[in-house]
Amino acid sequence: MSYWFRNDSRLPQERLAAASYVIVGMITLLLLGFWKLQVIDSDKYGVMAERNRVRSIPIIAPRGRMLDRDGRVLVDNYPSFSVLLLRDDMPAVEKNLPAIADGLGLQLDDLKEQLANTGALPKFQPIVIKPEATPGDVAFIESHRADIPLLEMLMVHRRRYLPGGFMAHASGYVGEVSEKQIEDSNGKLRPGDFAGKSGLERQYNDLLVGTDGMRRVIVNSIGKEVGRLSQQEAIPGKQIQLTIDYDLQKVAEEALAGKKGAIVALDPRSGEVLAFASQPAADPNDFAVRISKEDWQRLNTDPDRPLLNRATQAQLAPGSVFKIVMATAMLEEKVPPESFTAFCPGYATFYGRMFKCHIFGKGGHGVVDLHRAIIHSCDVFFYNVGQRLGIDRISKFAKMLGLGSKTGIDLPSEETGLVPSEEWVQRVFHRKWYPGETISVSIGQGAVTATPLQLAYMIGGIASGGDFKQPHFIKDAQNAGNRHVELAENTIEKVTQGMYGVVNEGGTAGALRLEGIEFCGKTGTAQVIGAEAKERFGRGKSEFKNNAWFVGYAPRRDPEIVVSVLVEEGGHGNLAAAPPARDIIKAYYDKKQKKGRGQTTVDYQPYKMDSDGGNAVAENGKAPVKPGQAVAKVEPASTKKAQP
Amino acid sequence: MNEATTTRDYDWWLLAIIAAICALGVVEIYSATHGSMLAGMHTKQVRWLVIGFVLMFVLSRFDYHVIMDQAPILYIVGIGALTAVLLVGHTRFGAKRWIPVLGEFLQVSELVKLIIIIVLARFFAEVRTDELSLQDLIKAGLLVGIPLVLILKQPDLGTALVLMPMLIVGAFLAGLQWKHAAVVVLIGLLMLPVGWHFLKPYQKERVTSFLHPEDDAKGSGYQVLQSKIAVGSGGFWGKGFGNGSQNQLGYIPVRYSDFIMSAWAEEQGFKGVLLALGLYMALLLRLVQNAQRAKDRAGMFLVMGVTAALGFHVLVNVAMVIGAMPVTGIPLPLMSYGGSATLFVFLAIGLVMNVRLRRFVN
Repeated sequence: MSYWFRNDSRLPQERLAAASYVIVGMITLLLLGFWKLQVIDSDKYGVMAERNRVRSIPIIAPRGRMLDRDGRVLVDNYPSFSVLLLRDDMPAVEKNLPAIADGLGLQLDDLKEQLANTGALPKFQPIVIKPEATPGDVAFIESHRADIPLLEMLMVHRRRYLPGGFMAHASGYVGEVSEKQIEDSNGKLRPGDFAGKSGLERQYNDLLVGTDGMRRVIVNSIGKEVGRLSQQEAIPGKQIQLTIDYDLQKVAEEALAGKKGAIVALDPRSGEVLAFASQPAADPNDFAVRISKEDWQRLNTDPDRPLLNRATQAQLAPGSVFKIVMATAMLEEKVPPESFTAFCPGYATFYGRMFKCHIFGKGGHGVVDLHRAIIHSCDVFFYNVGQRLGIDRISKFAKMLGLGSKTGIDLPSEETGLVPSEEWVQRVFHRKWYPGETISVSIGQGAVTATPLQLAYMIGGIASGGDFKQPHFIKDAQNAGNRHVELAENTIEKVTQGMYGVVNEGGTAGALRLEGIEFCGKTGTAQVIGAEAKERFGRGKSEFKNNAWFVGYAPRRDPEIVVSVLVEEGGHGNLAAAPPARDIIKAYYDKKQKKGRGQTTVDYQPYKMDSDGGNAVAENGKAPVKPGQAVAKVEPASTKKAQP
Repeated sequence: MNEATTTRDYDWWLLAIIAAICALGVVEIYSATHGSMLAGMHTKQVRWLVIGFVLMFVLSRFDYHVIMDQAPILYIVGIGALTAVLLVGHTRFGAKRWIPVLGEFLQVSELVKLIIIIVLARFFAEVRTDELSLQDLIKAGLLVGIPLVLILKQPDLGTALVLMPMLIVGAFLAGLQWKHAAVVVLIGLLMLPVGWHFLKPYQKERVTSFLHPEDDAKGSGYQVLQSKIAVGSGGFWGKGFGNGSQNQLGYIPVRYSDFIMSAWAEEQGFKGVLLALGLYMALLLRLVQNAQRAKDRAGMFLVMGVTAALGFHVLVNVAMVIGAMPVTGIPLPLMSYGGSATLFVFLAIGLVMNVRLRRFVN
């Protein structure tokens, strides 16, 4: 060993002591650092640790189902997953956005736009970026939990409606709540929540929505749930039983397939709505997830107006159906007296202008009294009645019988129609009423308009002896509004006899007789638009085909069912609108008979547009109903299972 | 040489302190990993501790003068190993640091730290003047500079940095002149921008995220934030063994290794930190005491080289855990899980024992 170290024992004791002080100082400084974090700022970090650990995940309450009057499910739910984007960490979100868009099959630009639009919301609030996750999306989220810990899945319940727009205008649809709805809800609704947007979904939204629950879970650093702290269960929404009869609804939908129009069937004894169809209709299943801007635009600009609920919102000239108002007014006012007759050569002249009867060109009705005038819908007779009554009395009775105001049905956005009067033209047009206008109104033309629902309500009320029951969809409605109109027995008898004659005495709907059923009704054929306007628009005549009306009911007095049918541009009421009414009334009686024999329902088949009846979907040039949608099952609710 | 050393001459206080720190480490490794896929890590750590303990005793039996005698050869071996690891080393976590030994991967740079301690001690022991000349200072700098550059190449900034306090403490004790120190510090400051240029992107990111933690929420800034949350939420009394949510749910990064102090602080609170840092202070002061009682300058330099390395490890690691220093990947001696690092500490302690055993000789 080379003695390079030479036993040199001179140690720098001072500098070694200094090293000791440095060590003590260093440890002291470190301890001060810990003291700051663990004692001074401990609460702050405690909160942060808790926020790390605990995540609140809403449990979405399913909406209440809608059942028909026999307990069959009309509107149901199915479970689905929404993809949530957590936005606490915006830089990470921005960094991973392309990967997320790619993984979930979303457009990056759409995603960016959505993110920009929700920028004002609190950062801790996740946003729904994909409402319906596919199995592939679920796999993507699960496999990228570690490197993209920004995605979360939320179990939600989606609405399932019967396919093809079945009953769509009654049921309405749900959609993501708007900013305004969130504001109006007093904090009950959050972005991404669903609420009824139209129809019964909107009307009974408060009943149908449940109360969402909340699950507080412990998550680890990669967002995986490892434990549960507490769980507040969701309270499901209330199930509502409707007055709709699926069997009648099906007949109505099939009758309207491929047409523009509406059918309303009421039970005038209670006001219950038995069938309620309006077509064309958009399939609300398409809205149940999220409708694209383009699709929404297309629905809004579609010239056939599929979003218009024709049963309560189509305000059209009632045509000859209005003659029932005229007949009632004449009998009540005795102006002209009941014995009044008129001679119909096919036209009449008032105030220097010729008014045609619908028979014009094919001769005339000859001498007609009230009964024959109703049966054959003679315009000339009612021109004369109208001239004698005057517009004020006509409008008084029209309003009394339910026109010009809402029936009060439990659907949002019902329209009132219009009953013109001298006061009305003065107020709206600042001019005097022209006597010639009264002549037009007398046959349901001119300014008078009504909705299909109003006409069913009116005819039902008159035939029920003046008892007007407020139409409604809820089976056990407690306080449906009732209105009694004092009508003379003679009036009711004469008017209903007239309507009986329309079907059974060779009247305008004489081809539709039903054996053993007192099927009554009134046809109507209304010009869509005046002759002058027609020329002004300069379009082909076919664009303005007449609207066909028929309001039928049975039996003649105190009816059990009244059906109002509108077929827009359908031509004559007796040809286009009366057959569906007859089919529905026949289906009603068939079912009643079978019930009497102990069978609860008629042969019940799930409604499928593409297998039975007219293939409405294909006819409209749209894609056929997808198999997944077509198999939507309609089953009796478990609580009300039919026992054969 | 007198070989008549007895077991009585071992520093039993030092061993007791080391045993206590190791115990804290094993307990916390168990707590941090028992519920995860890493379960069983604490038994592996105990195995490393036992091996380290044996190596420590073996190393203490050879006279340190004999070991220091071989300093030039050790230095060449060290440089060779660092070169070899760069050429054929095993890449893990994006860096070439490992060579396979006995079925495990050993970090060559840990061994090199030990070698540099010995080489520097030998170098400074041979400096006879009371004041360190500039010439000798530059020589010492070069001696450290070559392995430092090689380690930086791996890249392993943390280990490279550990070489610096060894040099500084050695030079200080060898009579570093204040004017030289001032010049070196000045040059160092001027070189900072150049050094920045040579940093790897991830190293730059760590430094920037240390300076601006709010800009980097999920990178190393996130790690430090989670560590601070763990420490702070532990409070004075701690959340209790196995109850730290930051620890158990994996919010603390590498909670069984580099950030084990964070896990310990969360579960044991400030009182636990007081115990742990108290033990480290006792360890370091005990080492200085051993240096003060060394038989000769060579032994003193050897012990203080170890003290500088361990003290730097403790400072940088613990300061990182509380967000007072950037993330450098330096483990906490004796507590962090890790084979190479544990063996390095025990071998270093072995050198200290070696010096102590021979303090009364001659």
